[in-house]
Amino acid sequence: MIPELGHFALILALGVALIQVLVPAYGVWKRDARAMAVATSAAQTQALLVFISFGCLMASFINLDFSVAYVAANSNSELPMIYRITAVWGAHEGSLLLWVAILAGWTLAVSVFNRRLPADITATALSVLGVVSVGFLLFMLLTSNPFDRLFPVPQDGKDLNPLLQDPGMVIHPPMLYMGYVGFSVAFAFAIAALVSGRLDAAWARWTRPWTTTAWLFMTLGITLGSWWAYHVLGWGGWWFWDPVENASFMPWLVGTALIHSLAVTEKRGLLKSWTVLLAILAFGLSLLGTFLVRSGVIVSVHAFASDPARGVFILGFLTTVLGASFLLYAWRAPKLVSEGEMTLFSREGLLLINNVFLVVASASVLLGTLYPLVVDALKLGKISVGPPYFNAVFIPLFAPLLLMVGLAATVSWKRAKAGEVIRHLRAPFIIALIAAIAVPLLIHERAPVAVIAGGFLGFWAIVTALQEIWRRIRAKTGFVSGLVGVPRGVWGMSLAHLGLGVWALGVTFVSSFSVEKDVRLAPGQSIDLSGYEFRFEGVEPRTGPNYDSDFGTVTIEHSGEVVATVHPEKRLFRATQQMMTEAAVDHTPFRDIYVALGEPLDAQGAHTGDWALRLYYKPMMRLVWLGGALMVLGGLLAATDRRYRLSRAAESRVASNSVVA
Amino acid sequence: MLLALLPMLASATNAADISGLNAEQEARYRTLTNQLRCLVCQNQNIADSDAPLAADLRNQVKRQLLAGESNQQITDYLTERYGDFVLYKPPFKAITLLLWFGPVLLVLLALGMAYAFARRSRSTAKTVAVDEDKLRKLLEENK
Amino acid sequence: MRYLIPVVVLAALVVLFAFGLQHDPREVPSPLIGKPAPAFNLKLLDDGTSYSNADLKGRPVLVNFFASWCEGCQVEHPVLLKLAREFNVEIIGMDYKDKPEDVTNWLARHGSPYRKVVMDEEGTAGLDWGVYGVPETFVLDAAGTIVYKQIGPMTEQAWREKIAPLMAGAKP
Repeated sequence: MIPELGHFALILALGVALIQVLVPAYGVWKRDARAMAVATSAAQTQALLVFISFGCLMASFINLDFSVAYVAANSNSELPMIYRITAVWGAHEGSLLLWVAILAGWTLAVSVFNRRLPADITATALSVLGVVSVGFLLFMLLTSNPFDRLFPVPQDGKDLNPLLQDPGMVIHPPMLYMGYVGFSVAFAFAIAALVSGRLDAAWARWTRPWTTTAWLFMTLGITLGSWWAYHVLGWGGWWFWDPVENASFMPWLVGTALIHSLAVTEKRGLLKSWTVLLAILAFGLSLLGTFLVRSGVIVSVHAFASDPARGVFILGFLTTVLGASFLLYAWRAPKLVSEGEMTLFSREGLLLINNVFLVVASASVLLGTLYPLVVDALKLGKISVGPPYFNAVFIPLFAPLLLMVGLAATVSWKRAKAGEVIRHLRAPFIIALIAAIAVPLLIHERAPVAVIAGGFLGFWAIVTALQEIWRRIRAKTGFVSGLVGVPRGVWGMSLAHLGLGVWALGVTFVSSFSVEKDVRLAPGQSIDLSGYEFRFEGVEPRTGPNYDSDFGTVTIEHSGEVVATVHPEKRLFRATQQMMTEAAVDHTPFRDIYVALGEPLDAQGAHTGDWALRLYYKPMMRLVWLGGALMVLGGLLAATDRRYRLSRAAESRVASNSVVA
Repeated sequence: MLLALLPMLASATNAADISGLNAEQEARYRTLTNQLRCLVCQNQNIADSDAPLAADLRNQVKRQLLAGESNQQITDYLTERYGDFVLYKPPFKAITLLLWFGPVLLVLLALGMAYAFARRSRSTAKTVAVDEDKLRKLLEENK
Repeated sequence: MRYLIPVVVLAALVVLFAFGLQHDPREVPSPLIGKPAPAFNLKLLDDGTSYSNADLKGRPVLVNFFASWCEGCQVEHPVLLKLAREFNVEIIGMDYKDKPEDVTNWLARHGSPYRKVVMDEEGTAGLDWGVYGVPETFVLDAAGTIVYKQIGPMTEQAWREKIAPLMAGAKP
C-alpha cells in the first residue's frame, strides 16, 4: 500500500506542478491577480505531495519492503538502520526523488518568503520552478520510478553499495543537492527579470540571499564529498578531477561568480544582463551535471548505472529548458540597461575581473571534462584528461583570485586611489611574505618556491580579511560594540575570504610536504616515516552488522611516546561479497597520519602473516576542510544580513532614499 | 539498480612491492603510476586500482624503471599498445592544442571583453552626465 | 549579436552529447590497427612446441585472446565455433593468464574452435597486444598486419558487417 501511495502522490504532484506552471503564467500574461496567486497554493500543495511520496519511500526502506524493486536492490536485512534511511538516495531513482523533494522545499520557501516581491515576479518564478519540477517528475514517472514492484519478492535484498555505508554518505548528497537545486531559485528570478523586463537594485537584493544560501550548501556538499572520499577510498587523495566531481565544481565556480556579480548589481546597478546570464548558467551547469552523471556519456566512479534511454530524456529536458532560457536571454537581455560607468580599478571593476577568472576556470574544467568526448566524436582517437591537466590549468587561474581577495575590502566602489590601496596593504603584504617563508622553514626545514607562492597567497587572504575586521571594529567606540556593530554581510565576506586563504594554505602544504610509503610489515615490525614510528601489531578477524572485517592495529609513536593507535580495516560485506577499505586517520589540526591496509602478503595466514600497508603523513590536511567550513559559515552570515530581513515599511524608506543618490 | 562497477574501487589500496627501487626511482614510480590510467576501471589511476591489469601495468613500470628506462620511454611503451587513453596527462599534439591553450586564450579574450566593457560604459556615462547638466539648466530656466 | 553566443554554445554541446549517448565511453580503440602483429614467442598448449608471430603470416587469421575463467568468453564461444566450423575461419587462441589444466578441461567441455592454442600464462603477449580485458579478437591479413580489433565478445553481427568483408578482401 505504501509504495502505491507514494507512486500516486508523485502522479498527483505532477498534475499540480502542471497547474503551477500554466495558471500563474497565464496570470502574468493577462495581469490576472487571482491566477497569479494560484502559484503559491500550487507550490505548497506540490511540496506536500512530494514530501508524502518521499516519506513513503523512506518507510519502505525502514520496513525493508523487498517487494519494491529499488529497496531490494539497495538494502539488506542486516543493513543498519541509519544506512537504510540513506539508501533512499543511494542509487538513481531514489536520488531523483531526493532532488525533486529538495526542489519542492525550495519552491515552498519561495512561495512563503516573498512578501517584498511584486506579485508578477513571484508568479513567474514559481512557474519557472514548476517547469523544472514537471521535467523531473515526468522523468521519474516515465523512466525511473522508485516505486516499481518486484515479483517474486526476494528473500533478502542485494545490500547498499559498501562504499555508501559511511557517515559521509548520510549528509553529502542532501547538502550537495540543496546547492544544485538551490541555484534554480536564482535561475527562476533571472527568468522573471527577463520576462518582466525589469531588473533593478531591488531585484538584486531579493536574489542575493537565496543565491548565497544555495552557494553555501553547495560549498558544504563539495567539502563533505571531498572529506568522505578521503576517509573511505583509501588512497589518501581528496580530489581527483573526476567528471562527476567536476560536474559539481563548475556550478560552484559560476555560483561564486554570481554572488559577486549580484553585489555589483545591487550596489551600482551594473552588470545586469551579465548577472542574469550567470544565474542561468549556474543552474544550467547543475542540469548538465545531472545529465553527465546519469546518462553514461562519461566514465566516472560516481556515475549511476547508465542507461542511454534516460540520457536521451535528460538531454531533451536540458535542451528545452536551457534553449528557451538562452533564447529569451538573447531577445530580452539587451533591454536590461546598466546605469553607470565602470572603471576597472574600483571594487566593481575588480569584481568583474574576479568573474572573468571564475568563469574561465569553470569553462576550462568543462573543456577538460568534455574534450575526450569531442576527440572521440570527431573520430580523432581517444584521450584521457586527468589531474595533471586540471591542476596545471586551474592553479594559474585561481592564483589571481586569491590576490584580488586581498584587495576586496580596501578598494572602494566607483573609483579607488592607488596610493591609498598600496599604503593600506603594505603591512599585510609583508606579513604574508614573511609567514610564507618562515612557516615552512620552521616546520619542514625547507621552503620550495611553490610553497612560498601558495603560502603567500593563503596568508595574504587571511591577513587582509582579519585586517578588514580589525579596521571595522576600531572604527566603533568599543570592542564589543564594534563586534556587534559590524554588519553580518561584512563578517560573512571576511570569514569566507579567510576560509579561502586557509584552504589555500592547506592545499599548498599537503601537496608539497605529503609523504607516502607502501610497505610490507610482519606483525610486530615497525617502520619510520617523517619522524613517526609505525608499529604493525597485527590483524584479527571481527564481525560487523553486515560485514566481516580484518581488523588491523597500528601503533604510532613519536619521540618514544605513543601518539595514537589506529585501526585500519578491510571489510567484506556479506550480501554483495564486496571488499571495502576502511582507512584509519589520526588527525590533529596540523597533520593527518593515514594508514590503510593493502593485501595480506602471506597466503597462509591473513591473521598471522605479513601485510602490505600504505602509510601517509599529510601536514595541514585539516586546513582543507576547515577552509571549506569557514566559507560555509561566511555564506551563512552573509545570507542572514539584517538588510535582507528589513520590514516592508523600512524597505520602502530605504528605497526612496536611494533613488535620490 | 546498483551503482555500476564501484566494486572496482572497493579496496583501493594495493601497497605494491616496491623493493628494489632506489629513492629517485621510487619517486618516479609514484609519479608514473599516478598519471597512468587503469583501463578497466571507472576512472582510476593504476596506483590506486586493485584490478589485475593495474597490477600488471605497475609491474611493467617497475621493470622498466629497474632497466634504467626514462619516463618518456615508459609512457611511449604503453601508448604504443594502449593509445593515448592510458595517459592522464594529455599529450601535446595537434588535436590537443585547443585543450592546452584554450584556457589561456579564454582568459585573454575575457579580460579584453571586460576592458572593452569598462571603456564603453565610460563613454555612455559621460553622455548621460552631460544630459543631466543640460536638463538641470533647462529646468532652472523654465522656473 | 554576442547575446546569441550562449545559444550557439548550447547547440554545439547538445550535438556532442547526442553523439555521446550512442557511444560506449569505456571502449578503448587499439593503436595497433594498421601495424604488424606484435612479436611473441610462446608455447602451444597441446605439444609445447614454440609458436610465434611469424607463424601468423601467409593467410588471414583471427587471433582470439580468451581464458577459461572469463565469462564473456563463454558468451562468444558458440559464435567462434560457428565461424570455425561453418565458415572455416582459422582462429588462433591466445590463452591469457590461464593454467594448462584449466583450459584443457574447459575446451574439452565446450569444444574448441581453435586451430592452435598458445599459452600466454604471464600475460606478456596480452600486454604487447594492448589487451585490457578478455575476450578480444584481432583480425590479421595475410601479411600479418592487424586490420581490426573486436573488443569484447565476438558477435555474428560483427562478423557479418565488419570482419568477413575484411577477410574476404585479404585473401592472398
